[in-house]
Amino acid sequence: MKIAVLSGKGGTGKTTVSTNLAKVMNWDYVDCDVEEPNGFIFLKPNVLKTKKVNVPIPKIDDEKCINCKKCVEICQFNALAGTNTGIILFEKLCHSCGACELVCPVDAITEEERSIGKIDIGQSEDIKCMRGVLDVGEPMAVPIIKELKSLIDEKPTIIDCSPGSSCSVVSAIEGVDYAVLVTEPTAFGLHDLKIAVSLVKEMKIPFGVIINRAEEENDLITRYCKEEGIYLLGKIAFDRKAAVLYSQGKLLIEDEVFRKGFEEIGRKIEGVKRCN
Amino acid sequence: MQLVVISGKGGTGKTTVAASLAYLSEKSIKVDCDVDASNLHILLQGKDIEEENFFGAKVANIDSNKCIKCGACEKVCRYDAIKNYQVDPLKCEGCAACTVVCEQNAILLKDEVTGKTIITQTNKGLLSRADMVIGAEGSGKLVTKVRKNAMAHRKNNEWIILDGTPGIGCAVMASVTGCDAALIVVEPTQSGLEDFLRVLSLINFFGVKPFVCINKYDINEDMTIEIEKYCKEEGIDVLGKIPFDPCVKEAVNALKPIVSYKESKASKEIIKIWNKLKEIYKEDV
Ligand code: SF4
Ligand code: SF4
Repeated sequence: MKIAVLSGKGGTGKTTVSTNLAKVMNWDYVDCDVEEPNGFIFLKPNVLKTKKVNVPIPKIDDEKCINCKKCVEICQFNALAGTNTGIILFEKLCHSCGACELVCPVDAITEEERSIGKIDIGQSEDIKCMRGVLDVGEPMAVPIIKELKSLIDEKPTIIDCSPGSSCSVVSAIEGVDYAVLVTEPTAFGLHDLKIAVSLVKEMKIPFGVIINRAEEENDLITRYCKEEGIYLLGKIAFDRKAAVLYSQGKLLIEDEVFRKGFEEIGRKIEGVKRCN
Repeated sequence: MQLVVISGKGGTGKTTVAASLAYLSEKSIKVDCDVDASNLHILLQGKDIEEENFFGAKVANIDSNKCIKCGACEKVCRYDAIKNYQVDPLKCEGCAACTVVCEQNAILLKDEVTGKTIITQTNKGLLSRADMVIGAEGSGKLVTKVRKNAMAHRKNNEWIILDGTPGIGCAVMASVTGCDAALIVVEPTQSGLEDFLRVLSLINFFGVKPFVCINKYDINEDMTIEIEKYCKEEGIDVLGKIPFDPCVKEAVNALKPIVSYKESKASKEIIKIWNKLKEIYKEDV
C-alpha cells in the first residue's frame, strides 16, 4: 500500500501532513520532493545509509568517431553538438535515453555514469525514512524519484511529493494506491487543488482531500468537495501553535489536539485502504 | 534590469511579495514563471490580449497498421513508456530511441502541446504567463518561452519583474538564469533556512545578485536572527523583515495584492523593500 501526499502548490502543508501521518500511522516515509526535501527535519531519522544516484551519459571515443553527426541529429534534447573536431556533450541536457548510442554506425559511443544526487536511508524509531536529494545545479529530478520508488518495499508507505503538477509529481504518484491532496481554504488553495484533482483523475488514482489551516466549518473547499463528490479526509485547524511547532522543526502531533486530529485522518485512510 | 522573486519552497509568501512589487511598479513587464500553477494574473487581473500554443515536447506515436508487434521499441525504451505496443504519453520523453529500433518505421515523433503562453494586459502593465498542461514535460522550456515573450514586448529597457518557480530544478534554473538580481523570500523556520541555503547556492551558481527579505519574521525571532547573521557574514543585504499580518490572509482571500491595503504592517514593509531596490538600482520604475 502506497499513499502519495500532494498539493497543487507548495506551502500548503504537504510535508506537515505526510510526516505527522507517517508517525501516527507508523508507516514508512519517503520524501520525493527531491528539490527541497524537508521531511527529515521533522522526523529526525538516523541516517544509516547514503547512496549516490547516477544516470548514464554517453561517452564518445574520439578515435572511433567518424564525425558523421548522426548522434547529434537523433538527440531530441540538444545535448550533443557537432564541431569540426568532434562531438561535444552538454551533460545536464542529456536525458539518458541511449538513442545516440543506438544510431552510431561505428560503435564510438558507450555509456558512463554521472552522479546527480543522492538517496538517504534512515530510521526514525519504527519508521523507515528515505529521501532523495538533487544536487544543486542539476535540472532533472525524475531519475532520483524513480530510484527512490524502486527502493520502497512491501510495507505501507507514505510518499511526500513535490509541489505542482509537472513530470516530477507524475513520477512520484505513478503506481500509488491512493492520493491525499492537501490544500488551504483560500481562493488560491482552491485554484491549485483543482489542478491536483485533474492530475490524479487523469492518472486514475483514488483520492481524498485534507484542508490545512482550516478556520470555518463551511469554507469554500468544503463546499467544492461536496459539489464534486470528493471525499474530505479531514481538516487541520488554523492555529498559531502549528506555525510555532513547525518553525522549530517539530511535529504537530506533539500537541494533544493535533495528534487526535491526525489519528482520526489516519483511521479514515486505513478505512480507504481496506476498501481498496 | 531583471529582478526575480524566488524562494526555495512554495508557501513562503513569494507570490505575495512578487505581486506587490509588480503592483507597485507601473512601468515594468511582469512575468509569471510559475507555469504549472500560475496565479499572478488572479491578483493583477486584466485582460488576455495574446494566446499561443506551446509545443514543448514530443511524443512517440505507433502506427498500428505498420506495427508487427516485435516488441523492439518496448525493450529499448528506458522510460517504461511502451506497453503492449502502445505509448503512454505521460511517460514518453520523446527521445526517439524507439524510432531508431523500429524496423517497420511504424513510430513517428509528434509535437505535443505542453501549454499555452498568454500575454495579459493589466492596469499595471503587461504580464507574460503560461498555462501548462497538467503533468507535462519540460516546464523549463515553457518558462524560457514566457520570458522570451516578455522580452519581445519590452521597450526602452523597462524592468522585468519575475515571479520565480519554487524548487531548484529545471524550471527554476530557467527563471533565474540571466537575471540581474534575485529577491529571496525566506521564512524563519528550520525548513525555510534549509531551502534558503539551497536556493542561494543556485543563485550564486548563476551569478545573480542575491537580496533577502524575511517573511513573517516574528513567528520565530531566533531563527530570524540566525538568518540575518548568516546574510551579514555572506555580505547579502537583508532588504526587509515582513511581520506576520492577518491582513495578508484577508488580501489573499479578496484576491488583491497586500500593498493595496495601505494600513497593513506587511504592506508598509514591502513598500520599503521596493524603495530600497529602486534606490540600489537608481531607477524610476
Ligand atoms: S543519451 Fe539521449 S539525451 Fe543523452 S546525448 Fe544521447 S541521445 Fe541525447
Ligand atoms: S519496434 Fe516497431 S514494429 Fe516492433 S513493436 Fe515497436 S512499433 Fe511495432
